[in-house]
Amino acid sequence: MVDLEKNRKYWIAGEIETPVGKVAQVSTRLVSGDLLGSWKARWGINRMNYTVSPGLYAVGTPDQNSPVLVTANYKLTFDALRKELSDLAAWILVLDTKGINVWCAAGKGTFGTEELLVRLGKEKLAQVVSHRTLILPQLGAPGVSAHMVMQYSGFRVVYGPVRAGDIKEYIQAGLQKTPKMRAVIFNTYDRLVLTPIELVAAVRPSLMIFGLLFILNSVGIGPFGIVDLYAYIGAVLVGCFLTPLLLPWIPGRAFAWKGYLLGFIWAVLVNTLNGWPGELTYSWLRSIGYLLVLPPTAAFLAMNFTGASTYTSLSGVLKEMRIAVPAIVVSIVSGVVLILVNNLIGS
Amino acid sequence: MKTKYLKNVVTLQLQEEKCTGCGICIEVCPHNVLALTGNKVRIIDKDSCMECGACAKNCAFGAIGVRSGVGCAAAIIIGKMLGTEPSCGCSDGGSSGCC
Repeated sequence: MVDLEKNRKYWIAGEIETPVGKVAQVSTRLVSGDLLGSWKARWGINRMNYTVSPGLYAVGTPDQNSPVLVTANYKLTFDALRKELSDLAAWILVLDTKGINVWCAAGKGTFGTEELLVRLGKEKLAQVVSHRTLILPQLGAPGVSAHMVMQYSGFRVVYGPVRAGDIKEYIQAGLQKTPKMRAVIFNTYDRLVLTPIELVAAVRPSLMIFGLLFILNSVGIGPFGIVDLYAYIGAVLVGCFLTPLLLPWIPGRAFAWKGYLLGFIWAVLVNTLNGWPGELTYSWLRSIGYLLVLPPTAAFLAMNFTGASTYTSLSGVLKEMRIAVPAIVVSIVSGVVLILVNNLIGS
Repeated sequence: MKTKYLKNVVTLQLQEEKCTGCGICIEVCPHNVLALTGNKVRIIDKDSCMECGACAKNCAFGAIGVRSGVGCAAAIIIGKMLGTEPSCGCSDGGSSGCC
């Protein structure tokens, strides 16, 4: 049971009486606080702590015949669900997934059979509803065995649509799923909202690299200057932002390859901005150094987007990494050596 | 637009003799990898499988096998460094981009 006194949240609209006590009634409208919270989570601010208390909630005025929707306790997930439930009377059972979304939590098993069974018992759901059907998001299926839940609780698990936006239609159609509701899509907007966290993740290693270059400058193995700075930042943007955004249109299948390709174009562009094909403002050794360092930098960052994508398999990523990781290391190391040698003979 | 990943790497396997054709695997598959033909399920698009394991987990008859895991490079790197199975660092406060 969600302790209403302790958990008085702005998105709780009221409370309703049930045979097992009071249940919080949630609003189906997102307000500025929710939108700001989503934005912050996307940028990695307070992302690991953006949770709602696990437990039973009500939407509208549900009764013993109302459908039960099961979800994760990541607030972004909870918001995505409740905002689609206007004019509906339903129960929401929030599992304790440690603030992780349904798909990732299912992969870990926290959105799983055991947690579901425990939560069913804790919330005494069997006394709240008279039917025995639980609607789970389809993407929770990697963590839950429907037949085990049935065996241990008597509740029948049905897997609803992938997207919360289809739930109303799904319920109104008598829990019938269309093929469209079942398919995972990964459109440009879906990819776009996932890029900020990639950029945030790249900031810390980047600061370490800047620190290192600063030290090298001060001990005389420089100078690393403005060209190095924008060349590097460009490669990071190519790997973390541009490659994810243009993913379906970049030739090839491996993410590292896609990142490499765009990174290579960027490296050529950097050299072109500095004089190619005519006289360069820096030595040819340095220009080759850029060609060796920038593309694999973008490739590495692009490879990390496999985790955010919705279609990469573990076997595929392992295969990609077996080739990409050694190639990336060799290329970056030789490029760095070239640039350092160039700096040493140049100074 | 359906974007495809690497070919011929997926570990998904189906033991037809155990399949009862109940179809729950088709129900949970996010990429339409499986289809019902007659009263048996078949793998129709293996390369689209992302090895999430939903089908295997929900098959009451043990007809499906797959080495499931996260297709996430950052998770694999972290797993290698810590000597554990690839697992998203997300819940441990890590800032890797996955999920």
